[in-house]
Amino acid sequence: MASPSTHTAHHAPEGFIRKWVFSLDHKVIGIQYYFLGLFSVFLGMSLSLLMRFHMVNPNAVVKWFAVLWPAAAAGGIMTPELYLSLMTMHGTIMVFFVLTTVPQSGFGNYFLPIQIGAEDMAFPVLNMMSFWTTFLALVVMVAAFFVEGGAPLAGWTAYPPLSGAGPLTGPGEGMGQNLWLLSIAIFCGASLMGAINFIATTVDLRCKGMTLMRMPLTCWTWLVTAILGLLGFAVLLAAGVLLLLDRTVGTSFFLPTGLYINDHIIANHKGGSPLLWQHLFWFFGHPEVYIAILPGMGVTSQLLSTFSRKPVFGYKAMVYAILSIGFLGFLVWGHHMFMSGMNPYSAMAFSVLTMCIGVPSAIKTFNWIGTLWGGKIHFDTAMLFALGFVSLFVTGGVSGIFLGQPALDLYFHDTYFVVGHFHMIMGVAAIFGMFAGTFYWFPKMFGKMLNETMGKIHFYCTFVGVYCIFTPMHYVGLVGNPRRYSDFSNVTYLKPVMPLHEFMTYAAFFTATVQLIFLINLFWSMWKGPKAPANPWNSTTLEWTIPSPPPFDNFAGVHPVVYHGAYEYSVPGASADFIMQTDPPNVPASGH
Amino acid sequence: MAMASSLTHDIIHGPPPPIDPGWGGGGDDSEGRGADRRATFTGLFVGLAACVMVFAALTSAFVVRRGLTDMNEWVSIRKPSILFWNTGILLLSSILLDLSRRALKAGQRSRFNLWWSAATALGVLFLAGQAYAWYQMRQTGLFISTTPAASFFYVFTAAHAAHVLGGVAALIYVDIQALRLRLGPAKRTWIDVTAVFWHFLDGLWLYLMVLFYVWG
Amino acid sequence: MLLAPIVWILTVVICYFFVAKTWWFPPPINAHGVAYDAQFMRTLVVVGIIFFLAQFALGYVIVRFRNDGGRASHSHGNNRLETLWTSATAILFLGLVLMGTKIWAAVHFDEAPPDAIPIEVMAKQFAFNFRYPGADGKFGHTELRLINDANGDPFGMDPKDPAGKDDIISASLKIPVGKSIKLILHSRDVIHNFFVPELRMKQDIVPGMEIPLHFQADKIGVYEVPCSELCGLGHFQMHTTMQVMSAADFEQWKATQLATR
Repeated sequence: MASPSTHTAHHAPEGFIRKWVFSLDHKVIGIQYYFLGLFSVFLGMSLSLLMRFHMVNPNAVVKWFAVLWPAAAAGGIMTPELYLSLMTMHGTIMVFFVLTTVPQSGFGNYFLPIQIGAEDMAFPVLNMMSFWTTFLALVVMVAAFFVEGGAPLAGWTAYPPLSGAGPLTGPGEGMGQNLWLLSIAIFCGASLMGAINFIATTVDLRCKGMTLMRMPLTCWTWLVTAILGLLGFAVLLAAGVLLLLDRTVGTSFFLPTGLYINDHIIANHKGGSPLLWQHLFWFFGHPEVYIAILPGMGVTSQLLSTFSRKPVFGYKAMVYAILSIGFLGFLVWGHHMFMSGMNPYSAMAFSVLTMCIGVPSAIKTFNWIGTLWGGKIHFDTAMLFALGFVSLFVTGGVSGIFLGQPALDLYFHDTYFVVGHFHMIMGVAAIFGMFAGTFYWFPKMFGKMLNETMGKIHFYCTFVGVYCIFTPMHYVGLVGNPRRYSDFSNVTYLKPVMPLHEFMTYAAFFTATVQLIFLINLFWSMWKGPKAPANPWNSTTLEWTIPSPPPFDNFAGVHPVVYHGAYEYSVPGASADFIMQTDPPNVPASGH
Repeated sequence: MAMASSLTHDIIHGPPPPIDPGWGGGGDDSEGRGADRRATFTGLFVGLAACVMVFAALTSAFVVRRGLTDMNEWVSIRKPSILFWNTGILLLSSILLDLSRRALKAGQRSRFNLWWSAATALGVLFLAGQAYAWYQMRQTGLFISTTPAASFFYVFTAAHAAHVLGGVAALIYVDIQALRLRLGPAKRTWIDVTAVFWHFLDGLWLYLMVLFYVWG
Repeated sequence: MLLAPIVWILTVVICYFFVAKTWWFPPPINAHGVAYDAQFMRTLVVVGIIFFLAQFALGYVIVRFRNDGGRASHSHGNNRLETLWTSATAILFLGLVLMGTKIWAAVHFDEAPPDAIPIEVMAKQFAFNFRYPGADGKFGHTELRLINDANGDPFGMDPKDPAGKDDIISASLKIPVGKSIKLILHSRDVIHNFFVPELRMKQDIVPGMEIPLHFQADKIGVYEVPCSELCGLGHFQMHTTMQVMSAADFEQWKATQLATR
């Protein structure tokens, strides 16, 4: 083996491969995850545009459909099975490769070690492996498009028997579904590796003075998110393996007796329970949605505080809210299953717990407003996205109050009301959290400033755009519009809402186009943006004490010592309106 | 038990810091002392939590499946006789592993090598024994899809064996390092972490045996 | 700063469409539906107030506390306020769910009334079929190998079973008005879902399970039943109707069906 010094964190790696490909540096890995997520979000968004187009033009002839999908779009007309496979992959790619990667493995990887004063993650090799495993999972997932039968059509939730009985249930349910399950299993492995790293780093690598209650809220959300991922993905892995076995070796974990599919009696499967899959899946699935939103909440708290020059209102309450959301998140999975045929008494229990989890979410919202109250608000683009997050979180969250009641879910389950709800929260609020993080941390990551004008135009157009896309979903849900329909022309009572669907489609295309402004801003600024100072936002946390971009080992060999909480803004008696966490214990008179 | 308390004390607080930190070939990011040792143990326990969740999920699937069948309709599998031998082998390997760690603490490098290699060999023997158990199952006509009890038996044993394989890889790694005399204090953490992981797999196996014999 | 009026305008527009009921539920056709709508309105009022106030407050702080060069107030929070709004939220949310319990209980805790008309539902890719037990009140025996979709028998009725002689199979649901109905939901392939918006009721149909759903329809008419659980490529086309008719018409219909068997 080489001498010790080459591999310690104090020496930067040499060579392109070690520096940029198989890097052990958490910052590089964070950027790798970010770009994986960026690629995935554009792929997922393209799929959704195809979906929205088809919903309002089911019989349209589009020549290049036939080029891309000769079998599934013969003659240029998208078949229902193609629509469903696009829908399945849209959901899967967005949930796993965007919402689970960017906020946590992207920003978290980059900034957790720095914000707690560490040189790197606890296990850099594991970190590198977790990225490349995620990458492998994405490759396998995308491969599902290219096999015979194409991508699966059972939705990102993959309920058996639709997903468990093989190609008899529909096109894409052959090799496509197998690859999907394989990809998910690989992704589970990657997530578990990441979770181990995040937890060990937060628990053990905090620098001197960085007590848990002095940690930025972002670190708290990354910690709890990691715990959710640790326990949740383990269960998904088990479930996915069992489903794969049902599909390939003839077991019957989820396949019941008496199946007659597509003129075939299925004699070799009996005794399994489709509901068992739902329980296992949603035991993972519900914590998953908190994985998607918690880091965005952390970023929002951080930004609202920084840009209104005020401490976070009720830091301790915020921490307890994060912890309760994490804990309760494991107890509410049944609210996805109210109509499933499960025990109606347990439905009530899940409902009560679901209402309970609304409480810490409400606390966070009140505290965000409380943070802004009495502040001096600066409307940089990062802050605009954080404010937008609050608005979108409220809108998306309140529709959950309807859905969390089984009595009301008797109508709303599997309608567009649900689709509107989760898109508002995940497809928008969480995405705004990522945008906010991008505009806030870009200077630190790339040493350049993003363009504010482009940022603001992008923000306003996107903010209005997403409201236009997703609010009408609630209205069509009220009318009783079922979800996962490739075409609404078969349901007479949906005719009056077709104009609303058209409106949503236009809004979707508009909003998608506007994202080009963000892309241009991102790449142009990386190359040609104005140089960024170490602390462009006069922010208090540790990442702003080091150069932009940071040196290889973050703190240049110095071990930071923390004397202050994370959000000491506008402290009476201090000369500047912020005190950095590493500032000396007495209120400083100068230096900013 | 005196053995238990020294076990935990050693694990958490580690051996006393060495005089010469660099000898014996580092190259790892974990230095075997201070924050890195603690972090590695946190990582281990967190990883074990994930492991527990995997088996908890499989157990709940098992309980549900069992519950869907009437008492008299559930067909228990005849457990392959070699399972008891395998259990013994695994337990013995854990004991030998602990003996080897004590030897290392007492500075007896060659005894450490001996017991550790013996434990590793037993680990490999366990896996061979499991393969034979599967062979015995197939001989009696019990394949993975034959009955639900058989399905769960294969899934549980395969999941456990996958972890044991990882454990054996870690044991072999330490073995090789020891035989090449590259086992400085830097590797102490790795030795202790591997040992705890191995003992966990022991406990997990005992749990599975109870599951098979009481419920399967 | 521009954000505040945008948030306010969006809020007002969103609330408007709820208040104006521009796109709304179809009118309910049973007592359960009426109770449902009442619970929905209660929730809507609570949610609407929270939504309006929260968005309004957000816009307000944006305007009022925008940077004007001065120092922000240094506050770490207010425990009393925290306790207050936490308790208020908890009471509101839990109160809402408890108020809806009766509706849920009536559908799922209570058994169907003993005089409910049993109707078997067979969901398959991609159609619903319904079976009536006939005068003997018994459903005939069925077997998978006897299924003959082409001949209009998706159930697989056993010709040797006398109980099945008076069974009626229909591709759409026909029921008498004002009478209790007990659907016995079966699927023979994947998960489907029976949903009638006017009834304010839906239920997943799970293969391997026999799930009861009881209700009563009090208004004559024809109502659409779109499948509401993803079941494959034909999911969007899986659709039938529920026709609620007078008791006399219902008997007439049954007689005709039996005669033309």
